[in-house]
Amino acid sequence: MRMSVYLSAIIAFVALAAGSIILPDWAMFLFAMALAKGLVCLGIIGMMRGGVVSFGQGLYYCIGAYTATLIANHLGVSDIFLLTLLSAAVCLVVGLVFGPLLSNYRGIFFAMLSLALSMVLYGSLSKMSFIGGTDGLNIGAPTFLGWAPEGRPLQTALYLYVVAIVVISGTLMRIYFDSERGLITLATRDNELRVEYLGASVRNLMTYNYVFGALLGGIGGTIAVLALGHVDPEFAFWTTSGEFVFVAILAGYLSVPAVFVAAIILELVRSFSNLYFPNTWQLALGIFLLVVIVALPNGLGSLVSKRKENKT
Amino acid sequence: MDLLATILVDGLIYAGWLFIVSVGLTLVFGVLNILNIAHGSLYAIGAYASASLVGAYFAAGGNAFPFGSYIALILAAVLVAIVLGPLLERGLLRYFYGRDEVLNVLVTYAVFLILEDVMKLIWGVNPYFVYEPYTLLGNVEIGPLFYVGYDFAVIAAAIIVGLAVWLTLNRTRMGKVVLAVIHDAEISQTMGVNVPRIYLGAFMAGAFLAALGGALTAPMISVTPGLGPNVIIVAFAVVIIGGLGSVPGAAIGALMVGISRAASVHLVPEAELFIIYFVMAIVLMFRPEGLFAKTQARKI
Repeated sequence: MRMSVYLSAIIAFVALAAGSIILPDWAMFLFAMALAKGLVCLGIIGMMRGGVVSFGQGLYYCIGAYTATLIANHLGVSDIFLLTLLSAAVCLVVGLVFGPLLSNYRGIFFAMLSLALSMVLYGSLSKMSFIGGTDGLNIGAPTFLGWAPEGRPLQTALYLYVVAIVVISGTLMRIYFDSERGLITLATRDNELRVEYLGASVRNLMTYNYVFGALLGGIGGTIAVLALGHVDPEFAFWTTSGEFVFVAILAGYLSVPAVFVAAIILELVRSFSNLYFPNTWQLALGIFLLVVIVALPNGLGSLVSKRKENKT
Repeated sequence: MDLLATILVDGLIYAGWLFIVSVGLTLVFGVLNILNIAHGSLYAIGAYASASLVGAYFAAGGNAFPFGSYIALILAAVLVAIVLGPLLERGLLRYFYGRDEVLNVLVTYAVFLILEDVMKLIWGVNPYFVYEPYTLLGNVEIGPLFYVGYDFAVIAAAIIVGLAVWLTLNRTRMGKVVLAVIHDAEISQTMGVNVPRIYLGAFMAGAFLAALGGALTAPMISVTPGLGPNVIIVAFAVVIIGGLGSVPGAAIGALMVGISRAASVHLVPEAELFIIYFVMAIVLMFRPEGLFAKTQARKI
C-alpha cells in the first residue's frame, strides 16, 4: 500500500515536471497558481473527511501571502525556501491558536466561524494603510538558494518548486489519511458520537486536521503571492474562500490527486470563460458548478474509486 | 451624551435595515434548511428593480403624487419574489432538499454567481440613483442632531415586517402549518399538509423580504454592482448570532450588530469592517449554536 503511494508520487512528479518543458508561459503560470490554490484546498479536504468544511481558508492563504511579502520587503529575505518555511510557521502558530477553539463546532457553525475569522482579517487589512490597505503590496521575484533567475527560467524554477511541494504534501496527506488518525477522521464523518464512545477524541482530531489545513493554506498563499508578485486583502475575502470550497467539492474527499486536477480545471474554466465571455464568466462558472454538483455529488475522486470498487 | 444618542439612533437605523435583510434568510433556513447565499443577489435585484420602477414612475409624471413612489418600491420587491421565487425554488432548490447542508450552500453560491452576471446583463454596470423617495419625508431633529425622516421609515418598516412575520407564524392557521413543517416535514406530509407548497411559499416570502431590503435601500445609495456580496455576509452574521431559523433571534442579532457597528464607527472607526464578525465570534464562543437556537439531541 505504502509502496504504491510512493510510486504514484514519483509518477505524478515526473508527469507534472514534464509540464515545465511542454507548457507555454501562460499555461505554466496558470498551472502554478492552480497548484498553489490546490494546496489550500487539500487542507479543506482534510477537514471535509471529518465532516466539516471551512468557508474561511482564505485566512491562511492571506496570512501566508502577507507574511512572505512583509518578510521579503522588510527583512530583505528573498529565498523561496526560507519564505515558505517562515510563512508556514506563522500559519502553524495561528492555526494552533484557532484550531482548539474551532474544534468544538460542526456543520454550518464551523463554516461560518471560520468565515468570520477570515473576514476579520480582511476588514483589518483593508484599514491598515501602512501595509497598503485595499491596494495591497508588491513582492519581488524569489531567489532559489542564492540563484536569482529571470524570465522563463524563473517561471520554470517556480513551477518546479510548486510541483515538488504539491507532490510532497500530497504524499504526506495521503499517508496521513490512511493512518489510524486519518481513518478515525473518516469514521467521525459517519458518526461522531460513536467514535467518542470508542475512546477517540474527536476534538483532538479536528484540531489536527485544522492545523494541517492552516499549514497548507499558508504554503499555498506564499507560492501564490510569489507567482503573482502582488497581494491584497481580497486573498481573505469570502469569495476567495468560496472558490477553495468549490474546488474541494469538485474534487470530493476520496482522492488527493483529484484536488489538484479540480484546481486546474477551475483555473482553466475561469480563464477560458474570461477569454470567451468576458462579461459573463461568473455565470459560466456558476452553471459549471451546478452541473458538477448534479452530475458528480461525490466529486471527481468518486470516478476513480468507483472503478476500483468494480474491480474487486 | 450626544455621542451616546448618536450611536443609539445610528445603531437602530442600521439594525432596522439589517433585520429586514436577515429575517428572510432565517425564515428560508428554518423551513427549507438551506442557507441561501443567493439571498444577497435577491437583495441586489430588489434594489435594481426598485430603482428602475421608481425611475419609470417619475418619468411617467409621478411628480404630481410623489408618495406613489413608495408603492413602486414595494411593488418592485413583490415582482422580484413572484418572478424569481418559483424559478429558483421549483426550478432548482427542490432537487436538493435533504442533502448535505454545505453542499446546499454551494448550490446557492452557484446561483449567486449566475445572478451577479445576470444583473450586469440586465442593468449594466453604471450606477442608478433614485433619491426622490429619500427626501420626501423631510428631516427629523433629535436635540442637536439631524436625521433624514426616511431613515426612521426604515425602522418602522422593520418593526412592521417583524410583527407581520411573527404574527403570521404564531397566530394564524397557515403559520401553525409552517411551524409543523419546520418541526417535521415528513409527518406533516402524512397529515395532509401540502409540503412543497409551504416550501414554495416560504421561499417566496424570503425572496420578497430580501428584495424589500434592497428596494428600501435603493433610495439611500447609488445602486451599483457588488451590492450582494457585502450584504449577504453581514446577514449571515446576524442570523448566526440569533440562532438559525429564529425570528426573534434575527431581531436581537440585528440590534446587537447594528449598535456595535454604530459604536465602532463613532469610537474606533478602524474596526468598522470587522466588528460584525467579532461580535459573531464572541457570541458563538459562548453559545455555539446562536442565542435562540433550539437544542438538538445528538443521534447515535
